[in-house]
Amino acid sequence: MTVELYSVRRRRNRIATGFALAATTFGLGWLVVILISLLWNGVSGLSTRVFTQMTPPPGSDGGLLNPIVGSLILTSLAVLMGTPIGILAGTYMAEYGRHSRLTTVVRFINDILLSAPSIVVGLFVYEVMVAPLGHFSAIAGAVALAIIVVPVVVRTTEDMLLLVPNQLREAAAALGMPRAVVVTKVAYRAARAGMITGVLLAVARVSGETAPLLFTALNNQFWSLNLNAPMASLPAVIFQFALSPYQDWQKLAWTGALIITLSVLALSIIARALAASRTSP
Amino acid sequence: MAEVAWQGERMGAASLPRRRALHRLRLGDGVFRVVTRAAAIMVLAVLAGVIAALIVGALPALRTFGVGFLVTDRWNPVTQKFGAIAPIYGTLVTSAIAMLIAVPVGLLIAMFLTELCPPMLRRPIGVAIELLAGIPSIIYGIWGLFVFAPFLQRTLQPALIDTFRHVPGLSSLFAGPPYGIGMLTAGLILAVMVLPFITSISRDVFDAVPAVLKEAAYGLGCTTWEVTRYVVLPFARVGVVGGTMLGLGRALGETMAVTFVIGNAHRVSSSILAPGTTISATIANEFTEAIGDLYTSSLIALGLILFVITFLVLAAARYMLLRLERRLGA
Repeated sequence: MTVELYSVRRRRNRIATGFALAATTFGLGWLVVILISLLWNGVSGLSTRVFTQMTPPPGSDGGLLNPIVGSLILTSLAVLMGTPIGILAGTYMAEYGRHSRLTTVVRFINDILLSAPSIVVGLFVYEVMVAPLGHFSAIAGAVALAIIVVPVVVRTTEDMLLLVPNQLREAAAALGMPRAVVVTKVAYRAARAGMITGVLLAVARVSGETAPLLFTALNNQFWSLNLNAPMASLPAVIFQFALSPYQDWQKLAWTGALIITLSVLALSIIARALAASRTSP
Repeated sequence: MAEVAWQGERMGAASLPRRRALHRLRLGDGVFRVVTRAAAIMVLAVLAGVIAALIVGALPALRTFGVGFLVTDRWNPVTQKFGAIAPIYGTLVTSAIAMLIAVPVGLLIAMFLTELCPPMLRRPIGVAIELLAGIPSIIYGIWGLFVFAPFLQRTLQPALIDTFRHVPGLSSLFAGPPYGIGMLTAGLILAVMVLPFITSISRDVFDAVPAVLKEAAYGLGCTTWEVTRYVVLPFARVGVVGGTMLGLGRALGETMAVTFVIGNAHRVSSSILAPGTTISATIANEFTEAIGDLYTSSLIALGLILFVITFLVLAAARYMLLRLERRLGA
């Protein structure tokens, strides 16, 4: 009787652990399958032409130079606008208003913004920038991306500053430093690696974002550095080319997808390595 | 002692530059404080701005169609009649499919990572799963359209149709020709996309279960499964629900991956193999082509609905995770 019960429990346990192992393989399998199909379809199109020529009209040769440069510009602008706001807000939450009600509210809202649908951000920027100005522009795209950068940076900055031991701040304050100097010269330095990680994660996040760009920066078939005009970006070009009926456009879309994925994965691995080397010295 | 006093006197004599320097520091401190506070308030302002802009943009549509906007399924740009039920339905169905798959799989992976996995492999496997979250959604889209949908069209979908053809109830759920693209495909891709969120939060809350509790259960002779089911899971319940809601929030708002594979058909069909549409896919597809204020406004109204739904789901998720944090802290 007890032996029977024991074997039932053991069997149940074996089934459950088997499922757990299967689920893990399943999860890892997706990563492998997606990476393999990206390499399979994307590598063959990878050549210097991709980085030196403009997007082609259907049926002719071309590259992805203008969307690559466009993506770089949009991402850099977004990070330049979003990072200072994010770091300052994170600083307030961790340094000045650690226990204030404002901090609790901002943290709650920030966490929601962190996962809010990015297409809604695109709609918002369309409403406040594109519609009043009457035309799509790169700067509107950058603002939309910046709104996505801010919550990521706020979150990591606050987390990292909270990890800085209070003794450091107390020691600095005992030397007579005013609070602003304690924060910028002591706390920021101690938390620097973590804060850089946050910025890298934000870059990784926005460089693949498509939805907020669709009706802000739109797209541009030609070379343009004008911030007041529509600008091409890799995700938008991939979207357009992949859904087109032209084979050579689809091929370029795969190559673009490969470029984005590799750079985003590299960024997030670097960010993780940086964070890990910092938290476990 | 005397020397200190003497120095203090000397400095008092030269106190004007010193006072000025102190004043500058104090000013700088005050400015810095105000600036950081303003930045924090700006985060709130962004949220308020998003909500306000969406409401203002949605007003014309809501005024024209009233509550009917939420419950009618016509979507006709030519006659300028719009109703949101088809995209809302598609959003809910695809997210439900995603959660049905991602929650059990995510929990099992979390169980594997915390209880079964050799310690050396824990970090690499955890990171690999989290990298799934780092892949941009447009990549899932292009992969879903060119690789996954044709694969489903050849394998899973015909099998589902054949298996459930004569089962009452289920036959209409899996009816119709295998298109490849459709709500099931979108749901499956969403499942992969939210899996890392559910896994990593579940793993973290599983890890937070006091080792003493688990050891006590193991000491009584419990199997790994029994420890997970009867000790870890009840303890981590709030966190798991929070993580699930967080994943749900992501699934509801996901745009690009869904846009590629959903099929963009404005209709409510009982079969999950049929093409449909979601709120985000509708906006992404039609917004730049929308002609006329009412059309644009209807799309913005869709955005408002999406934002309200995800806001509520995410707020509930955060609230639960916050509660768990407090309990663990106490």
